[in-house]
Amino acid sequence: MARPAAAARSPAERMLRFLLPALALGLAFVAWEAIVRINALPPYILPGPILVFQTLFADWGVLSESLYVTLRTTALALLLATVGGVLLALLFASSRLVELSLFPFAVVLQVTPIIAIAPLLLIYLEPNTAVLVCAWIVAFFPILSNTALGLASVDHNLRELFALYGASRWKTLLLLRIPAALPYFLGGLRIAGGLALIGAVVAEIAAGTAGRGSGLAYRIVESGYRLNIPRMFAALLLISLAGIAIFAVLSLLQHLSLRRWHESALDRES
Amino acid sequence: MPLAAFRGVGKTFPNGVTALDGLDFSVEPGEFLSLLGPSGCGKSTALRLLADLLEPTAGRIDRHESAVRNIGFVFQEPTLLPWATVAANVSLPLRLRPAPGVDSRHRVDEALALVGLDEFRHAYPRELSGGMKMRVSIARALVTRPQLLLMDEPFAALDEITRFKLNDDLLALWRKLDCTVVFVTHSVFESVYLSTRILMFTPRPGRVAAEFKIDAPEPRAGRFRTSPEYGAQCREVSAALAQVMKQDTGEG
Repeated sequence: MARPAAAARSPAERMLRFLLPALALGLAFVAWEAIVRINALPPYILPGPILVFQTLFADWGVLSESLYVTLRTTALALLLATVGGVLLALLFASSRLVELSLFPFAVVLQVTPIIAIAPLLLIYLEPNTAVLVCAWIVAFFPILSNTALGLASVDHNLRELFALYGASRWKTLLLLRIPAALPYFLGGLRIAGGLALIGAVVAEIAAGTAGRGSGLAYRIVESGYRLNIPRMFAALLLISLAGIAIFAVLSLLQHLSLRRWHESALDRES
Repeated sequence: MPLAAFRGVGKTFPNGVTALDGLDFSVEPGEFLSLLGPSGCGKSTALRLLADLLEPTAGRIDRHESAVRNIGFVFQEPTLLPWATVAANVSLPLRLRPAPGVDSRHRVDEALALVGLDEFRHAYPRELSGGMKMRVSIARALVTRPQLLLMDEPFAALDEITRFKLNDDLLALWRKLDCTVVFVTHSVFESVYLSTRILMFTPRPGRVAAEFKIDAPEPRAGRFRTSPEYGAQCREVSAALAQVMKQDTGEG
């Protein structure tokens, strides 16, 4: 049945959704460049976007290496957070006692600002490891809490149905609780992806003074010391693009896994 | 010999609610038995006790072994796995309890054909109407070829046109499969139309207040719904129900 929502998804509307933000962004860049030129601002106060892009290409060697380091840390932290968060959620789901004993620790890790934990970790751990652990800590909680919520949110009648056919705990977990938790998990993963990047950047900044980090955040700190403001902007731009890319990839993953059945991913037309 | 017999069964939930008290009845092979009563009278609890999903707190339930092993259950809601296709939903009981020598593909085809949904095997529940979802739920209950089919107000949430159609289809299935059905409903008209026997429950705590045998020409069909006999039976059961409800308010 055609509803008003169907009209809102027409090709023209879709074009507008991409075109309008792109246009607005372009105008903002033009205005930025104009302000820099009209006021003849020196690059060490505010570089124009053209200079920032030039720097991005000129310094691509250094910056791409740093981008790789930051992305690797983020991806590894996200992977470990996913494995740890899901395993702990499964453990919570199987034993209320474990959940009651361990959940407070997860909350403490979550509510303590990572920037405050980082210096301590840097004392105990090698800098690269400390950065990884920081990124892991912040990414871990949304996955744990969302997955645990999902595993516990199974329809009561479906549980009875599984009991009726004498399903083992293992089969109930595999065929009922895990699929039911999937949308919750994917929602948590999308949040965790952004947080892993933030955790990595924050920890790199904290570690920067301690020595040899070479991630993007370290480049920002380093460029700041050298008053290389265009490079700071270029590195910032890369971090921002990395965050957008992570969000886009995880959103796509969510869409592809849920599109056939979950409310969140269904076209409003059907 | 009855498939199952309730002997002085009581059920009190941990929160203190007594749903059933001194419940006596038996399920005879081949019958279509309706448990009729107002909401909250413990009919659904009785059905869950019968399915061994709950344990009685008093009395005992004697079950014929064959009936216990192969039960089909249809819930009030379709209760389908939203992430699985129609075919995967219907084959679920066979996956949960694999039986040697059962060709599950063939069984699924058979069950879907019985409810007339062969063409929708690859559809997801979200893409089906309420009536079709309920058919899938019935197909799932039938896929193990149960001797005893338990239904908990399965059509309560459907519109009347769909409900009448499913009523007729259910009667056809019952005749064809030669199984026993225990059907929970709060509709006098539905219970008279479907059943060979009706047990009327008192309000909580539930026990059997009256029993009716419905003698109607088989096979029943749409014409029975408008016949004078049907009207007379409905009137009789309705009057008894009103009596039960009046006693309840009188006591309370």
